[in-house]
Amino acid sequence: MILWWIGDVVLLVVILPVVVYLLRGVLDVAKSIVPSVQEIAVVAAAGSKDLDAAALLLTTQDQATQTIAGVANYGGSLDVILDDAA
Amino acid sequence: MLALVAAGAVLIVAVVLIVVALVLYLVSVIVALTKITRGLDEVIAGVGEIVQKSAPVNEIVTAINQQLDAGVDALEGLLVKKAGMEDAVGLVDGLYAGAAAVGFRNFPESTTVTPPRIAEIYTKGTLTLARLGREAPIAAANPAGPVLRNVEAGSLAARQLYPDIRQARPEHLPRSPVIGADAPVQYEQREDIGAPRKRLPSRIAATSNGPPASTRDA
Repeated sequence: MILWWIGDVVLLVVILPVVVYLLRGVLDVAKSIVPSVQEIAVVAAAGSKDLDAAALLLTTQDQATQTIAGVANYGGSLDVILDDAA
Repeated sequence: MLALVAAGAVLIVAVVLIVVALVLYLVSVIVALTKITRGLDEVIAGVGEIVQKSAPVNEIVTAINQQLDAGVDALEGLLVKKAGMEDAVGLVDGLYAGAAAVGFRNFPESTTVTPPRIAEIYTKGTLTLARLGREAPIAAANPAGPVLRNVEAGSLAARQLYPDIRQARPEHLPRSPVIGADAPVQYEQREDIGAPRKRLPSRIAATSNGPPASTRDA
């Protein structure tokens, strides 16, 4: 009979607080992850939006090609017009 | 017997309290994990877009760099070929101070060249004009001599390197003719310009010699 009462006391005084403490720790950690994940989602969306201009690299490539071609033509003409130094 | 029932009741209450605590906290944890899952779905979607949009960047930037490298190689080679290594280094160092220490990319020996002070003695275009044979007295000044002009602001000394006609101010040059409706000299438009010719010269000659053969046969 006494052992039963001791078991009840241990259950109420030790086991229940320990269970509550552990569950509260898990809940706090889970809640702390939520804002971090939401911030990461916002940053990922912003990063994706920033990369919208990456498609313009194709235009940049075309313009660089045309510029280099023009420079090459200009250099070829200079090569014909100017005398060599040596 | 009553004590036994009381101990059992206390045990049941303790178990119920533990179960209630488990339910409350675990449900809260489930709600939090659900929010995390939704947030991670958004993150994955955003990261997927980033990966998709940035996929061709490496290839395009590499191609642009290759083209620019080819342009740099061609221009460096042309400059060294036409101006010579020493003058080429001097030109580049004059345009970009300190560039001579870096040298040309395809000419490692250019780093050992002492750059002449080309940009301090001639204007930036004078050497090119001299190479083109346009009156620039490229040999009139000694690169070892004092600086002929204020490289930052002055232009008089540089202009004096040119012949007299090139030193003259624009107001000393003859004025350009004024054209347009407000021009002081107006020229009337001739009516015969652009109008159809009244009679062809061949027809005049044919008329003077009689009608053509086809007309006579008819």
